[in-house]
Amino acid sequence: MALKTEQMVLNMGPQHPSTHGVLRLELELEGEIITKVTPHIGYLHRCFEKHTEAMTYPQVIPYTDRMDYLASMYNEFGYAVAVERLLGIQVPERVDFIRVIMGEFQRIASHLVAIGTYGLDIGAFTPFLYCFRDRERILSLFEMTCGARLLYNYIWVGGLSHDLHPDFVRSAKEFVTYFRPKIKELNDLLTNNKIFIDRTANIGILPKETAINYGISGPNLRASGFKWDLRKDDPYSIYNKFDFDIPVGQGSMGTVGDCWDRYYVRILEMEESLKIIEQALEILPEGDVTSAIPKRIKPPVGQVYSRVENPRGELGYFIISNGQVNPFRIKVRGPSFVHLGVMNELCKGHMVADIIAILGSIDIVLGEVDR
Amino acid sequence: MKTIEEIFNLLKEKFGDAIIELVSNRPVESFIVIAPLEIDKVCLFLRDNEELSFDNLMILSGVDDANGKNVPDEDGGTKIEGGTVSVYYHLESTKFRNKIALKVSALRENPEVNSVESVWRHADWHEREAYDMIGIKFLNHPDLRRILMPYDWEAGYPLRKDYKNPEFYQGMKVPY
Repeated sequence: MALKTEQMVLNMGPQHPSTHGVLRLELELEGEIITKVTPHIGYLHRCFEKHTEAMTYPQVIPYTDRMDYLASMYNEFGYAVAVERLLGIQVPERVDFIRVIMGEFQRIASHLVAIGTYGLDIGAFTPFLYCFRDRERILSLFEMTCGARLLYNYIWVGGLSHDLHPDFVRSAKEFVTYFRPKIKELNDLLTNNKIFIDRTANIGILPKETAINYGISGPNLRASGFKWDLRKDDPYSIYNKFDFDIPVGQGSMGTVGDCWDRYYVRILEMEESLKIIEQALEILPEGDVTSAIPKRIKPPVGQVYSRVENPRGELGYFIISNGQVNPFRIKVRGPSFVHLGVMNELCKGHMVADIIAILGSIDIVLGEVDR
Repeated sequence: MKTIEEIFNLLKEKFGDAIIELVSNRPVESFIVIAPLEIDKVCLFLRDNEELSFDNLMILSGVDDANGKNVPDEDGGTKIEGGTVSVYYHLESTKFRNKIALKVSALRENPEVNSVESVWRHADWHEREAYDMIGIKFLNHPDLRRILMPYDWEAGYPLRKDYKNPEFYQGMKVPY
């Protein structure tokens, strides 16, 4: 006799430790199998875009910090690049170098959180502590530079708020030498762990075509086997001066585009970021970092869509100016917002316990989903 | 790689009056204006044409143009009457490394735009956001609900330029 099953609706969140913030998932289940996932978002909605309409262009920068609070430097970076394009100004070379160094440090810090909490989500407690120990050192570098550890307001339109600390280059080099062996340690702890592989390989497979159609970008797109990185494919700032690789998912533990690939691409990317930082520290030019900051920012009537490769993916700012001191409209294309949209596609047919593994592997920050 | 002028001429040839104009006198970015009820067909063509192959929708943004008349409302403030709201589409071809921007405008009173959700699934949530924030109705969208605001929000669309915060939301005082 066949077992009679009944469809069940299960609520996950909004207060759930593994949703990385305040997110509610409505699950439709057929026994243990998921048939549909509906994310409900907006619990952190602050209407950032409405606020910006009452601000001048420089005043927007602290708000961009608070979107993706694990990658604040890069949010500022993206915004500064967008407004500079609208204004048509060039920044001094030293500014570009410092921005890239800060951006790549931020990428490592953000990936460390992603990797650490991912392990935590699926039951590995130790790597989390190791990751946060190393992230702490990056945050100290940021603190040394601008006094803040999480929300910086450091990268300004046309320049930086102030120059590097005299001790920064030495400390940064020290960190690079310190951190390189730690990646190997992390591999031993988590990447090649049998239990970890069993939980993540062949789970939540995202084929390349689906990924592009859903607008997936960043490490998640690369894990699906598509070599696409805006730092190389649509270069901004001075990324074309550096020599680095773009790691893509190989499917070495299961299928291309599964959770393990998405995890491992991040590990590989940290090494590439170290390469960029090393090169940039070596040839860091001298100069004034505040000389190109415009006294009064009043862009001409026009619009720009400008994007950068945030640690999570394509972070885009669409800015419309009507010739006033405050923007007419700013729309942000946050990678987390876009990535959450593919949840239903990834989870269908998997078990309830896999939701945690899948949600952790796409690495979202709810502050940016809800803005 | 085709320039925006070439794409404009190509579209004009194929779709005629649905392609309204090419705005290229602005700094930084040019865009093509398209009729709101034809946008899905144009987008499908742009995606599937082998010489264009715009397979990636980078961003879809709703904008309140606020180009109507300011008139006084009941509570002594002002509201906007008439004018348009717009949707901008930024497309990219990952094959040819080409980018293009499109725009549609619809009347502010009852803005209706055809959904491009069937062309790029990515548009799904962005269209919901534009509906939530600006109040643009996307025809043929499978699941057009509010996304960031509460589902029972009755005070209108926050990103409209004449939006006013309500005093109460479901009996609770809003400015606390």
